[in-house]
Amino acid sequence: MIQAILVFNNHGKPRLVRFYQRFPEEIQQQIVRETFHLVLKRDDNICNFLEGGSLIGGSDYKLIYRHYATLYFVFCVDSSESELGILDLIQVFVETLDKCFENVCELDLIFHMDKVHYILQEVVMGGMVLETNMNEIVAQIEAQNRLEKSEVNRVLLCRPG
Amino acid sequence: MLVQFFQRTHYSLLLLGKSKEAEIKRINKELANIRSKFKGDKALDGYSKKKYVCKLLFIFLLGHDIDFGHMEAVNLLSSNRYTEKQIGYLFISVLVNSNSELIRLINNAIKNDLASRNPTFMGLALHCIASVGSREMAEAFAGEIPKVLVAGDTMDSVKQSAALCLLRLYRTSPDLVPMGDWTSRVVHLLNDQHLGVVTAATSLITTLAQKNPEEFKTSVSLAVSRLSRIVTSASTDLQDYTYYFVPAPWLSVKLLRLLQCYPPPEDPAVRGRLTECLETILNKAQEPPKSKKVQHSNAKNAVLFEAISLIIHHDSEPNLLVRACNQLGQFLQHRETNLRYLALESMCTLASSEFSHEAVKTHIETVINALKTERDVSVRQRAVDLLYAMCDRSNAPQIVAEMLSYLETADYSIREEIVLKVAILAEKYAVDYTWYVDTILNLIRIAGDYVSEEVWYRVIQIVINRDDVQGYAAKTVFEALQAPACHENLVKVGGYILGEFGNLIAGDPRSSPLIQFNLLHSKFHLCSVPTRALLLSTYIKFVNLFPEVKPTIQDVLRSDSQLRNADVELQQRAVEYLRLSTVASTDILATVLEEMPPFPERESSILAKLKKKKGPSTVTDLEDTKRERSVDVNGGPEPAPASTSAMSTPSPSADLLGLGAAPPAPAGPPPSSGGGGLLVDVFSDSASVVAPLAPGSEDNFARFVCKNNGVLFENQLLQIGLKSEFRQNLGRMFIFYGNKTSTQFLNFTPTLICSDELQPNLNLQTKPVDPTVEGGAQVQQVVNIECVSDFTEAPVLNIQFRYGGTFQNVSVQLPITLNKFFQPTEMASQDFFQRWKQLSNPQQEVQNIFKAKHPMDTEVTKAKIIGFGSALLEEVDPNPANFVGAGIIHTKTTQIGCLLRLEPNLQAQMYRLTLRTSKEAVSQRLCELLSAQF
Repeated sequence: MIQAILVFNNHGKPRLVRFYQRFPEEIQQQIVRETFHLVLKRDDNICNFLEGGSLIGGSDYKLIYRHYATLYFVFCVDSSESELGILDLIQVFVETLDKCFENVCELDLIFHMDKVHYILQEVVMGGMVLETNMNEIVAQIEAQNRLEKSEVNRVLLCRPG
Repeated sequence: MLVQFFQRTHYSLLLLGKSKEAEIKRINKELANIRSKFKGDKALDGYSKKKYVCKLLFIFLLGHDIDFGHMEAVNLLSSNRYTEKQIGYLFISVLVNSNSELIRLINNAIKNDLASRNPTFMGLALHCIASVGSREMAEAFAGEIPKVLVAGDTMDSVKQSAALCLLRLYRTSPDLVPMGDWTSRVVHLLNDQHLGVVTAATSLITTLAQKNPEEFKTSVSLAVSRLSRIVTSASTDLQDYTYYFVPAPWLSVKLLRLLQCYPPPEDPAVRGRLTECLETILNKAQEPPKSKKVQHSNAKNAVLFEAISLIIHHDSEPNLLVRACNQLGQFLQHRETNLRYLALESMCTLASSEFSHEAVKTHIETVINALKTERDVSVRQRAVDLLYAMCDRSNAPQIVAEMLSYLETADYSIREEIVLKVAILAEKYAVDYTWYVDTILNLIRIAGDYVSEEVWYRVIQIVINRDDVQGYAAKTVFEALQAPACHENLVKVGGYILGEFGNLIAGDPRSSPLIQFNLLHSKFHLCSVPTRALLLSTYIKFVNLFPEVKPTIQDVLRSDSQLRNADVELQQRAVEYLRLSTVASTDILATVLEEMPPFPERESSILAKLKKKKGPSTVTDLEDTKRERSVDVNGGPEPAPASTSAMSTPSPSADLLGLGAAPPAPAGPPPSSGGGGLLVDVFSDSASVVAPLAPGSEDNFARFVCKNNGVLFENQLLQIGLKSEFRQNLGRMFIFYGNKTSTQFLNFTPTLICSDELQPNLNLQTKPVDPTVEGGAQVQQVVNIECVSDFTEAPVLNIQFRYGGTFQNVSVQLPITLNKFFQPTEMASQDFFQRWKQLSNPQQEVQNIFKAKHPMDTEVTKAKIIGFGSALLEEVDPNPANFVGAGIIHTKTTQIGCLLRLEPNLQAQMYRLTLRTSKEAVSQRLCELLSAQF
């Protein structure tokens, strides 16, 4: 099971935080900080797996992460998940973001925080993989967009230039 | 407009983020603004509500507490507009709130959306349940969701969501998700057309099958045929589920995980098909890649590693195991770091299989090389783990030497663990105990700071228990102490060993008594108080061993820096030892300061520590270790029973000396963390102070022997409720902590404590609970229980928290008793008496005759015997007034058949209870437990 999905930038600013196991708010913040410090000190091009920190820790938990340009995508998972599978899942999530936002960048995550959550919800649900087929995910998001457009026909939602 | 809003708000937040104060100021202003909008007279339209709720989410993401807006979010749930509903659900999923009034409203909205038959709304509602996953939600929806899941007309996307939603509820509240007709229909989802549905269903079944293997047995053959279709199909067949030329990798991984819940299939056809699949997957690994992209190799290898895990799990096909091992061997040298990491990890489990242990050992050089050259600490850590797992008598010297040399440069984060592992291996595979002593002293020299008490206690235990190594140990520590700078832990070991066995090397003029003393005393002033206290004990032991240095030692004890030391412990020792050395005759000295008796043999405290550090599951060869050690350490004869040393208790002879009211200080090494001498300390974990058991806890405990649910403890602040279920040797206990006050409990930490005796026999696993318990709130903790072997004591639940300004500390016994692992056995009268006779050995029978404490009611008695867990056998005993029961206690290691007979005597108001089992300790414990019930 995925316990948490954390996305933060190279300075540790959180850009997307989703917990699938309940932690009090201040612990959530600590987990984000601790995880950031754990991955920050690692070089690129080394292993994408490491043991978690003290808060979501123990040998049963792992952090699986990928670093894309300015952003770290970190999935904290327990031993019931396949490490390489999760690594690919991160890739699917990012590729989907890229399709939905056309060349996604950090600002998209800030300006469209709600949308990013909705995309994530199509991929992961309650800590489990929901859908891995990118076409299916994008189709769902497009369906949502159409619904939205029909409701808010005056306000056009498009990416900021 | 919306775009502008986002740009303005978020940008301003972003830019101001440069200074923390400015950010906080800006955010507080924003929060005040939103709050006033929410509280304002003007009703907000849906769009504004949505806007503000979204702002709150962003502020929350930045790490600021949000304590309002929940109600507005809940209002959005009942909107008919999709976008408003959507953001409402998102807010609630991210900012979960335990306010019960809100939960009622949320549940209402969810109920409406689930009933709406609008798949989009249903999806949102299911998502929310899966995100929050609280017990309240499980109570409300656990019955509903299976219906949605298996209904014929449910859309695929909703089915997917429903499966995962149910999985989430099962994880939080398994008791609320009853198995039923739906389970067989869920199994058939493995044949569904839509691979997304199959993936979700596989996840669900995997989790459910772990606890209900029988119920989901049929999933094995379905999973195998599904897997086979994926693996053998040309990748184009699966269209969209082909990921970088790999057909449905996630589903394959999940199916292989599901199969790991079961033993190898019994049906030869299914088994053959599975073997064929696994071979195909192994073959594909050798084919040239279809793409150079890393995603391709990741997906392909994800399936491969899972297939290897399954092969290892089945541990039955030597051919496949060897192929798996060879494949992993290839990966050990792969240029991808991730693959090297995973190969090391998988090999660790492979090393424990008897078929492949030897094959794993052939890779030792590669693994040692990984330890030396890997750039990544995660990978080096796995290499250490694998070396530990592949170690046996043949390669122990090499592996221990490599680990020691790695230790000099190892990352600080893993040093302590390496120290423990080296200490365990050195002990476990020591043929020659001089090697063991050298290894531990090297450990202290190289990584003294990481050598915990357990490690140095252990070397002392072993030296004391083995007289063939004592002289060598004394000589070696003496030499090691001559280094100009040596670690304090070495001073401790050296002090202790010379105090006991310094006489064995005193014949050599280079290590005469005086030289030994001067050497130790030269370290004295640099040491901490506990070490100095230990050295003082060594000195008094020297007085006994070497009468010639007595005046020198008396001078030291008499000096102001000892007799008037500011530290009470040191001062007391100096005073008492000085007095003892002056007053006592040689005989008395020899008695009081006699050599320490051998330590009783038991589980190594180091192993216990490693288990604590790594979780019990990772220290796999525990049984093995135990067996080997008892052979290694004790040689032939059993060690002397746990006798208390003359020095560690106030002995009569000490009293005769008139040393005053204070009990003589122990002459063994000093207490390391207060209380007790070494003998006590070695064996008890120096846990923080735990409150004594709460009054009345005994009675409450007894009430739970025959039942599983109820209130365990209650005082003015706190109520502890229990709900538990047991099946064979496993159990699960839900502990509910209710805060009865209106004030928060802070730092709320429940801890489960198993005594050293209990720990190897009973595994308890739990997760920490939220450290804050709101006033009036209830938090739940789940404890997973595994009975490894029969046990007597009960674990203790200690709860510490702050209430108002005061620190609260409560301990209660947790009613996990041996009888919980009973499975009732029905049998006929003839069988019963035949078995009864078979168990006629006097040790197998325990009998207790006792007075009834409760009215002697037949029905109540019957209920209690059934509650106790055994079957109640009617018409077995010739005397109808008697009660007869039978059952089997399930432990991980063994099963113990138990027969019982209860004979009431109404006139005398007495009972006679007889227990017969194959194991004395079990008869004894069951008799005690059941006797207390009547």
